[in-house]
This record gives sequence, structure tokens and C-alpha cells, in this order.
Amino acid sequence: MAVFERHYTPYEGTLTPRKTRFLILSAYSYREILSSKLFIVFLAAWGLWTLLILPILIYLPHNLGFLDNFGVAPEAVKNIFKYDAKFFFWWFMYPSMWVAFLSALIVGPALVSADLRNNGLPLYLARPFGRWEYMLGKSAVMLILLSAITWIPGLFLFAFQSYMEGWDWFSSHLRIAVGISFTSWIWIVQLCVISLALSAYLKWKPVARLALVLIFIVLPRIGDVLNLLLSTSWGSVIDQREMTLIIGRGLFGVGSPSTVPTPVAWLSLIVFCAACVGLMAKKVRAYEVEKS
Amino acid sequence: MNSVIELENLGVRFGSLQVLKGLTGSFSGRSIGLLGPNGAGKTTLLHCLLGFHPPSEGTARIFGRDILTDGSEIRGLIGYMPERDSFVAGMSAVRLTRLMAELSGLPPREALERAHEALFYVGLNEARYRKLETYSLGMKQMAKLAQAIVHGPRLLLLDEPTNGLDPPHRNRMIKLIQEIRDSGKANLIISSHLLRDVEECCDEVLILKDGEIATYCNLEEERRANLRFIEIETQRGNATFAEAVGNLGCEVAVLSDRKIKMVLPENVRVRDLFQVAVEQNMQIRRLDYKRDSLQDIFLKAMGVSHGGL
Repeated sequence: MAVFERHYTPYEGTLTPRKTRFLILSAYSYREILSSKLFIVFLAAWGLWTLLILPILIYLPHNLGFLDNFGVAPEAVKNIFKYDAKFFFWWFMYPSMWVAFLSALIVGPALVSADLRNNGLPLYLARPFGRWEYMLGKSAVMLILLSAITWIPGLFLFAFQSYMEGWDWFSSHLRIAVGISFTSWIWIVQLCVISLALSAYLKWKPVARLALVLIFIVLPRIGDVLNLLLSTSWGSVIDQREMTLIIGRGLFGVGSPSTVPTPVAWLSLIVFCAACVGLMAKKVRAYEVEKS
Repeated sequence: MNSVIELENLGVRFGSLQVLKGLTGSFSGRSIGLLGPNGAGKTTLLHCLLGFHPPSEGTARIFGRDILTDGSEIRGLIGYMPERDSFVAGMSAVRLTRLMAELSGLPPREALERAHEALFYVGLNEARYRKLETYSLGMKQMAKLAQAIVHGPRLLLLDEPTNGLDPPHRNRMIKLIQEIRDSGKANLIISSHLLRDVEECCDEVLILKDGEIATYCNLEEERRANLRFIEIETQRGNATFAEAVGNLGCEVAVLSDRKIKMVLPENVRVRDLFQVAVEQNMQIRRLDYKRDSLQDIFLKAMGVSHGGL
């Protein structure tokens, strides 16, 4: 079907492997996402914090002589930080969860809504490409992006600190690495399924964004009000971020001020995520059928 | 001839509503028209073939592959142009067509090349760089056709391809469909409620009514057969003329004093009738092939009296 010939011609060349075709969707989505300069600046700022400022904070106490060159008393710096689970939790994990949330707020709502709002799904699903591959392709966008924000730099910082301190520190603080990995993944999966489900259900980017804010910002405040009014702590089970933090604090071993037991936190997250996956499975179809 | 589609007691049910009921048949036309009134099940049949709606009973085979077990392989052979507006907001036509080609398995370079070619082929030319939401309805239809053919499928499913098109765009679409059909490189199934479109583009017609097959016929054969039906109007009483024509071996029915209808046998030509008229000194005022048009076939299938044969 050459342009100048204008004939219909079948394609007889080689085909790409079926198993990795879902990544085509991710690649196209990334091209859209990374075309926003504002978002790149936002990511770069976070990169500056995790890959430059925090490594410097870890590096300085191990190289106090370096400070002498600038006339800074080494003792002034040496005891500012204690490089333990608390440091990693409060200086990295906690802010990384907020950055991941803001990224999900920017990226997530646009992923599925653009296809569903204009009946684009039949075009995808009329090809050798299934619903689950579609969802996997869209989820991969979030999973890769949020991984780059959370556990990947987190493990880098842990490895850097271990390199500076040596084997003893590494072996005695291994739970930090476990905490970073697990807490990050719990948060990533949650943000991924909730934002994709809202994107699929509401089909309109601004509304899906608003709903995401309601779930992660407003709902926790409602939980707080319930706690206050009923003198209980069970109102927090609707706060998905708090549930993640309860599990995270347990993994990091930094103690939990909440009275919601960890298994209940797990249950709350699982139920919420399962509901979102169910919603996605219902909405991500070539055509919806009204059953009479 | 190998079957394009075989239906084997195919049924589709949505809740308590049985949309398709026990469809059975083997269809091998190069271009098959799917006709029927609204709600007859045309689009549901296409969706079922694509795997969008699983059959509640029976099955279907496309090029010998079962839709229940080989759905993915089948979709690799199909190009689908949906009825409704279908596009991805914020994408240009060339980007969408390229994405669709890549999802069909074409490597990125070939996908881009064929996307440009397909969009040129349907006549979108420089407009292919514009975002799809800025397109007119006609352009969107062309873009949908381009994404359906970009991977060079063996079977094209076109759902109401001329829906909402103005005459120039409709003519362009019909011409493209005819070109694809005549290339012999792809089979087509065209779902439409516009009889004229089906008549111009299809050689076989499957008519659905209430989820069942009402009629399946080969339009070419129908047209050939229709050439043997003739209606003649004469200047005056035609009893002797009818008798003389009957002596040639024609089946004759006298409709009125001046009108007769006949079926010509293979060995009788129209010029023989004029010869008889000359011999009988009879003026023929009008001679029509009694064309059993697609409209007649459709109305017959719908069980509507239309005053035809």
C-alpha cells in the first residue's frame, strides 16, 4: 500500500512478540506524560532531593574533614542525624509517599479516561490485545513511574548508607530495606488501582482528580471527625494513607501511634483495592451491556 | 470455496434478552452485507465474532478458527471499523493509526510507514497530523477505516461505514470499499441499514430479523435471475401476442389487457420478443426487466407485502 500506488495491500512482514505488546501502551503514555515540562521539573526536584541532597546528608558525617575546608565545625554536623529506620522513614519514605501521590494525581486520571470517553476501547480490543493486557499496559505506566519515585531511590540511599557504614550497619538495619520495598509497593499498588479505577469510572480527567483528592485528603479528615465524635480510632480505616503508614511503621519498626491493628489495616487496603479492580474489570470493556 | 464465516447454532443473550438465536450457516462471499432493521442483531453478531460478547450457545468459525478458542488469533486477521465515534482524545490520526498497527504486531518502523500509507489511501493526506477531535464526521469515518486496514487484515468488519456521511464522503467511502473488495486481498462484512450501500458493495446478503437469519442470498445470482423476468406493456389488447410468446416457450402471465409478465427460458432472447411483435403487428410501448431489487428481497425477508412477484 505504497503512498503513490494507493492500493490495498496485506502486511506480510514479521510480527512483534505478543507477550510484551502491552508495553506499547505504556510507551505511548510516557510520551504524553513527559511532554509536560512542569511534570519534568517536579520529578527533577524530587530527584534532586533523593539523589543529591540526601546522599550529601549521608556522606558528610563520614567525611568530616571535607567540612574543615569550608570552616564548618565537624561536631556541628556529626550529631544532627542518626542514620537509622527513623531517618529513612521520616526523611525519605514519608515524603516519597506524598510525591508518589501527587504524581498519581497528575498522571493516573488521564490514563484510561481518554480512551473510554471517546469509545476508543473497541479499537484496542478488536486486535490481538485483551482487556487484561490493556489494564496491564496502563498499570505499568504507574508502576514504573512510582517505582522510580519510591523504592528505587530508597534502596539506592540504603545501599549508599550501607557502603559508608559497612557490613555491620547493613546487617543490623536490613529491615529498613524491607520496609522501603514493601511500604513503597503497597502504596504504589494502591495509587495505581484507585487512580485507574476512578479514571475508568468517571471518564473525565478533572472529576477523577477531584475524586482522588477526596479519597486521600478529605476522607481521612472525615475519619478524624468520626474518631473525635465517637471516641474511637476505627474511623481511620477509611484513611488509605494512614493504613499504609501503619503497615510501614510496623515494617520500619518506628512504632505506631494508631490503635488500629495491623491486620485490620491490611484488610482495609485489600478490600479497597479489590473493589477498585472489580470496578476496572466492569468498566474496561469494548462495549457495556445493559442487562435486562 | 472456503468459508469466511461459519455459524453453528450461535446464540447471544444479554440477561433475559436473547439477541441472537441459533444462527447457523456458512458464508463465503467476498463481500457480505449484513442487513436488518434496528435491533435485529447485526452489531451484536459482529461483536460476537470479535469476542466482545461471548456466545451463550453454539459457536462461530472465521477462516476455520473457532471464536471460543482462537479469539486472539482471529482478531489478528480482522480489521474492525466501529459504528460509533471511536478515537483517543489528544491523538493525531497518524499517531492513533500507528498505535493500532503496533498493537496488531507490526514493528514500530513498519507501523509508522503503513499508518501514513493507510491515511493517504483513505484521502486524509495532510489532515493526518491533526488531532482527531478536530475532525469532521466524514474525516473521522475515514480515520476509522484507516486504522481498520493499517495492518492489512484478511477480513474487514465495517459497521455502518457510511453513517452520517454527506454525498461526496459517502461516494468516497463506497469507492474505497469497492476497491478493497475488488483487490481480492480481503473479505468484507458490511453491516448497514442502507440498502443502497449494501447493493453497491456486496455480492452476498445476510438479512437478520429478530436475531434470526431471515434470508441469505447471492446478489449476483439474483441479478442474473432477474434478467429473465420481463414485463411488457403493449399498445392494444395482447391476447394473441401472449399466445405467440407462450409458443416460444416463455411462461406468461397476463396482468391486464395491455400488460403481460413473462419469464424467458435460456434459449429465448429479448430480440425474439420484438420479432414476435413485428409478426403480430403489435407496438411495444414499454419493456422492463422486473428487477427483484434488494429492497424487494429485504421486504420479503421482513414479511412485508410490497406488491412484487
